[in-house]
Order: sequence, then C-alpha cells, then structure tokens
Amino acid sequence: MLKIARDLFRYNREFALGSVLIACVIGIAALSVFSPYNPLDTYVVPPDVPPSWAYPLGTTSRGQDTFWILTFAMRNTLLFGFTVAILSRLISLLVGMVSGYLGGLADRVLMSINDTFIVVPLFPLLVLFYFVMRDYMSWALLALVMASLGWAYDARLIRSIMMSLKEREFTRTSVFSGMTTRQIVLREHLPYVLPIVFSTTLNNINWSIGLEVTLSVLGFTNLDTPTIGTMIFWANQHSAMVSGVWWWFTFPTLSITVTFIGLFMLAVSMNEYIDPRSRLSRMGGTTS
Amino acid sequence: MRRYLLYVAKRLAQFFLVVFIGISLTFFITHLTPIDPVEQMVSSMTAFGNTSPEAVKMMREALQELYGVQGNLLEQYFTYLSRILVLDFGPSLSAFPTPVSVLIERALPWTIGLLFTCTMLSWLIGNMLGGLAGYFRNSRILKVLGAVAMGFHPIPYYIIAFVLLILFGYLWPILPITGGSGQNIPQGFTFEYITSVLSHSILPALSIILVGIGGWFLGMRALVSNIVTEDYVLYAELGGVKRSRILPFYVIRNALVPQITGLAMSLGAIFNGAIIVEQVFSYPGLGRLLIGAVYSADYSLVLGVTAISIIAVSASVFLIDILYPLFDPRVQLT
Repeated sequence: MLKIARDLFRYNREFALGSVLIACVIGIAALSVFSPYNPLDTYVVPPDVPPSWAYPLGTTSRGQDTFWILTFAMRNTLLFGFTVAILSRLISLLVGMVSGYLGGLADRVLMSINDTFIVVPLFPLLVLFYFVMRDYMSWALLALVMASLGWAYDARLIRSIMMSLKEREFTRTSVFSGMTTRQIVLREHLPYVLPIVFSTTLNNINWSIGLEVTLSVLGFTNLDTPTIGTMIFWANQHSAMVSGVWWWFTFPTLSITVTFIGLFMLAVSMNEYIDPRSRLSRMGGTTS
Repeated sequence: MRRYLLYVAKRLAQFFLVVFIGISLTFFITHLTPIDPVEQMVSSMTAFGNTSPEAVKMMREALQELYGVQGNLLEQYFTYLSRILVLDFGPSLSAFPTPVSVLIERALPWTIGLLFTCTMLSWLIGNMLGGLAGYFRNSRILKVLGAVAMGFHPIPYYIIAFVLLILFGYLWPILPITGGSGQNIPQGFTFEYITSVLSHSILPALSIILVGIGGWFLGMRALVSNIVTEDYVLYAELGGVKRSRILPFYVIRNALVPQITGLAMSLGAIFNGAIIVEQVFSYPGLGRLLIGAVYSADYSLVLGVTAISIIAVSASVFLIDILYPLFDPRVQLT
C-alpha cells in the first residue's frame, strides 16, 4: 500500500499535486485544535484589521481572527464532505451490488428509481427542505439528506461492474462450491468494487462540499456552524467586498478552490491507477 | 418505426416516473417533516402586535387550505398531486395576488435561454477541443488547455461566479453584474435591448461555460484516445484516408454517442448550477425567483419553482432520449 502511494507520487503528476494540496488543507483543518479562540465567540479581536504579523490573515468585521476561524471552517467542511460520502457510498454499494448481481425485475425497478435520482434537480429539493426545516436545520441533518440524495450516479457505475463480474468464471465456481449469494457478493466481488468506490468517494466529497458551500452562502444552513460557506455568507452579510475587507472572502474562497482541485486530481489519478490501459500508456508502453 | 414508437413509449413512462417520484419527494419533504408549516406561519405572523383569536383561526384555516393539509395523509397526497399536475400553485404570498404560475412564466424564458445556450456552447466547445486533444496527443497547446480544463472543472458554479463577480464588478468593472437587461430600456426587438440582454448575460454564461467545458473536454479526450487505437482507425490511416476525414467521421462520430447520454445525465446538475449563477448575478430567472421566495417565506412560490424545475429538467432529458437513436443507429430499440 505504502509502496503504491510512493510510486504514484513519483510517477503520477496528478497524484503528487493532489496529495500535496489535500495535505495542506488537512493541515490547516488540524490546526483548529490549537486555536486560542472559541469559533462561536465574536469580537474577541479588533475588527477589520488587514493581514499583519499579529493576525496573519487579518480579522473579520465580526471581530474574529480570520486564520483561526478558517481552520474551524475547513475542519467542518471536510468532515461534512466525508460524512456525506461515507453514508451515500453505503447506499450506492447496496443498490449497485444488489441490482447488478440479481438482475431481472429487481434490477429494473432499482434502476428506474436510480435514474430518477440522477435526473431530478437536487438543489431546489434541498432549498425546499431548508424552507420547511428553517431553524431546525443542522449540520448532521443536512449531511443525512444529501447522502440520501447523492448516491445514484455511482450506484449505476457499481452495477455495471457487478454485471461483468457476475459473468466471470470464478463466480460460477463459487456458486457450484456452495457459497451463498451474500458470501459471493461480499467476499468475492466486493474487493473488485472497492477501488472504484474509493475514487467515487473523492468525487462525492467534492460534490457534497460544493453543494454545502452553495447552500451556506445563500444562508440556507445552520449559520452558527463555521464552514467555508458560512464564512463567505457572513462576509457577504457585512458587505466585505464593498467595504474593502478583501481578506475575509478571499482566503476561504482560495482554500476551498484548493480543496476542490486537490480532491479532483486525486480522483483522476485513482481512476488512472485502476484502469490499467491508461497506466500502461503513461509508463510508455503501447496502448493497443 | 414500430420499434421506435415502443422505445419512445418506454422513455415516456420513465419521464412520468421521474416526475412522479420527484413530486412525491417534495410532498414527503413538506408533509412528513415534524415541523408544521402552518403553525410556523401563524406564529411568525402573530409575532407582531395583537391578533384576535378569531383572526388567527381564520388565518390557520386559510393556510391549511393553501398548504393542502386537510384530511388524512392519503387524501392530502392526492389533492397535492392533482393540483401540481394542472400547475395550480395558488397565489404567491410575497407578490399577492399574482398567481405563482404567472411569476414562473415570466422567469422561465430567461432560465431556458441562458441554460440552453450555455449547455450547447460548453458541450460543443468541450467536445471539439477534447476530441482534438485526444487525437493530437503531443500538441503542447492542447496539453495546456487540458490542464486549464481540469483546473476549472471541479470548482462549483457558485465559486466561479463569485470570483467573476469580484474580478468584473470590483477589480475591473467593465461588464454589468446585475439584472437581465438595462434598467431603462423598453423590451422589444430593438438593437439596444438585445445588446443589453447579451451584455448582461456574458458573466452568468461565462460562469456556466467555464465549469461545463472541463467535464466534456476530459470525457471526450479519454474516449477519443481509446478509439484512435481501434483497428478500423489504423486501417483507415493505412488506407490513406485523410486525417481531416478520419477525425470527424471515424473517431469523433463514435465518441459523441456516450457524450449525448452524458448530456442527458448531467442536465439536472447543470440546472442546479444555473440557478446558483442566476442568484449571484441577480439574473431574472427561476433561480432568483426560488431564492427570493425562500427569503420572503413564500411557500407556494418555493413549491411551484421546485415542481416546475423537476418537470422541465425531466422533459428535456426525455427529449434528448428520444432523439438519441438518430445519433446512434446501433441503439437497441427495445
């Protein structure tokens, strides 16, 4: 495992760039442990101070140190993406594997539902959900709802892999040697599916963080939880752009962009690693 | 032809299923959550000043009728479905007494215009450049383009729009950043009005296109670089077919097919993006309507826009689906 990571780092530029960016982002998030301030406290430092030695990223109009609030925001945003990704992976694995392995009527019903979730525009639904919940909206609830909406695309991918695995020789061998369906799916097929699930996880984290930032910026989440989105929301709320407090919205925007590019690069390199054809062409072999 | 009609019928059934499940989701969200929207509205309305108990009772009944929460859950569900199917969302609460459907009718052309143009442009540009990049894999310029596309692709629409807003509204203000057209220009087919609409749509369109191109570019490049190694392409090259013929007719023609499916599958996501971009630039489409409705607590308008979005997006997907066999004669019309 470590050796693979080392080789990828050396030979795959996307992996190297992605892992460096993500390491920086996680580093910033981890620093939140050392924060001298409580993220919910306001007016603990003089407001609107531009970046200086005392306040490396300046202070906000709400009297918070931009750097330390950014560490909390980064931590919550990353945790959010991770939670949604894990939960929705469980659903997509279940749907994809069941549908792909069983086939027939179960497959058709599940895929009809699946396609619906791919097509339906989720953003208005999430807005409607916020509209009904209002003050009851919390970080965990939003994660739960987004997980139950964001599994469909990957379930389809997993299903197609399952369908080809089902036709392979070893599946028939396992059936004839008396393994139960559950055993075959979990022990024989899951190891083949997992690498792909891993790369879709990265993309799903990107998707969920993107939606969370968007909803928060519009004020459609719990605004007390510091996330990158709520940070930009408060900056907009205090018209930071007009009053020239540029550091308040520039640094969260910059750090979230770095996160997106980093995660995406990692996902791309994972896909390449999984697909041996593109790996060969990178190593200089022939692709045909 | 009969097989094609059967195919259309199946797609139509899927379309209705999508609309049905989507609308049912909105029902569950509004009716099965523990928060009672009627009580919430009543308490927010009675928070200011004294209201007599009779007035509160009348208000509660009126709201119950509006929200369709009379009767048991099953009855509520059917009245809800039947009202949405005839697109009757009642009057808007924030722009009383204008019906919700009128407000939506006013906003819909803006969204459709912006969305259609941007989706087509980003799909065409992305696929063209991606096809070239997959075919001429050693070109320095196309490699740089690929890196740029990869950089823009994962960034959500909001952030791109926000950055463009900072750049062109704050650092270098040359383009209009709010509204759909100039304030004092009468609507109509005048040169002034059309240029005003176009210049106002540059930044919203740019945000959608910049994010959109990347995905198509990367997908197309991967598809083409797989197809160029196929035997029939090699055979055509050896047979002396010109490269200017091989690329469009042998390679891109085949690679486009999955990209059309991809377009149908990502339409919902593009729509989400357009809604957000509209809000950032105060573009007078569905997105601004939806978000404005949430801020002004206009329940029927939020519900109306959500329902229309679901119907419109699934109808467009249905349209792409039934045109699909024209592009791919191999598709099994079963």
